[in-house]
Amino acid sequence: MQQLVSELLNGNRRAAARLISLVENDDPQKRELLREIYPHTGNAYVIGVTGAPGSGKSSLVDWLLKELRRDALTVGVIAVDPTSPFSGGAILGDRIRMQDHAMDQDIFIRSMGTRGSLGGLSRATREAIQVLDAFGKDIILIETVGVGQSEVDIVRTADSTLVVLTPAGGDSVQTIKAGIMEIADIFVVNKSDLPGAERTATEINMMLDMKSDAPWRPPVVPTVSVANEGIEELWKSVQDHRRYMEESGRLIDVRRERVSRELTEQVEYLVKSHIWAQVKEEIKLDDLVGKIVNREQDPYSAAGELLETIDFYGKDT
Amino acid sequence: MSSKKIRILVAKPGLDGHDRGARVVARALRDAGFEVIYTGLHQTPEQVAETALQEDVDVVGLSILSGAHMTLVPRIKKMLLENGMSDVLLVVGGIIPEDDAEELIEGGSADRVFTPGDPLDKITGYISSRFE
Repeated sequence: MQQLVSELLNGNRRAAARLISLVENDDPQKRELLREIYPHTGNAYVIGVTGAPGSGKSSLVDWLLKELRRDALTVGVIAVDPTSPFSGGAILGDRIRMQDHAMDQDIFIRSMGTRGSLGGLSRATREAIQVLDAFGKDIILIETVGVGQSEVDIVRTADSTLVVLTPAGGDSVQTIKAGIMEIADIFVVNKSDLPGAERTATEINMMLDMKSDAPWRPPVVPTVSVANEGIEELWKSVQDHRRYMEESGRLIDVRRERVSRELTEQVEYLVKSHIWAQVKEEIKLDDLVGKIVNREQDPYSAAGELLETIDFYGKDT
Repeated sequence: MSSKKIRILVAKPGLDGHDRGARVVARALRDAGFEVIYTGLHQTPEQVAETALQEDVDVVGLSILSGAHMTLVPRIKKMLLENGMSDVLLVVGGIIPEDDAEELIEGGSADRVFTPGDPLDKITGYISSRFE
């Protein structure tokens, strides 16, 4: 396993691909691998691209890749598409728009299925970012699944978040709703050659101007991704935001918050696995369920009793 | 707790512009619980091999209707081997004469060839059976 990590650090693309699979599949060695990788992370800047299905996220990523490569930046792309809640299968089709970059050795593209995750990313997106970060990519672009109003995991994952909208997306009340309209560092109005584009941009700008004391006021960038219009301006906006994040100290703050959240999650994960390992060994969960179903006991005191039998400091702690 | 999913690249190498068949097969594979990476039309063998590598797929499915299968399939197989992906299953679908199919399989380029008329569950069933 250590060999796989050292191959990754040496820039071996096959090793990067294998490692992403191992973390994505919850391989028993996953935690050990991530532990080895962690000291080599923290150098990549993470850009998230989110928006409705068909709003043009993949095409924008494709054009952004051209801008990034012109600046000689190396890039990792993680493109997420939905997993079927029925079959567990998925069609991962974001690469179709990115084929021009398939042979560029400095771009690594990976498609992921959500696999049950509901926040717009896949369960293992964050771990895959760590792999690509240690792999030495300067920029990591995350394309979320096509989202609606409330799939906002990307804002807790990316350093800069782009929200892609298209003209005719409803009336102006939509712009003041909570959720996706709050998470943008940059708004993109894609398909701006369509009627209503200016109105959409105006409505977003009006919403943004209601809050005048924000230290970063998101720009609203019109683009036409099929015609490569507005992409340079978009990349410039991303660079402006990155500069703001770095110079204001905000980047350090959000990354600290992220680490704190991840640590909490890791502790909760360990506690949970510790508890359930013992519950499965020693307690007849089915009996308890039966009692609760028959109204002989309530689930609240049953949970309390169950927890009292857990040995927190014994054997495998 | 490991939750391995079989990943399949469905690719259309070469110069034919018909991907209805590839899409129907991709959809059937999705419904059978596989993760399908679909890359669209006009792929070079190099692109197919590189995508297979980055996506770490278990199966490469090539859809070829152009008649160039005797050139494309062995080339892609060779590149997969060069990338260290010898354990990847290579499946071909398309208008492939029987003799050619035999030659591709006996020559070690393809594991299996499907042709028009093969029911979809024959394809999904074959792939499932190889990962039991």
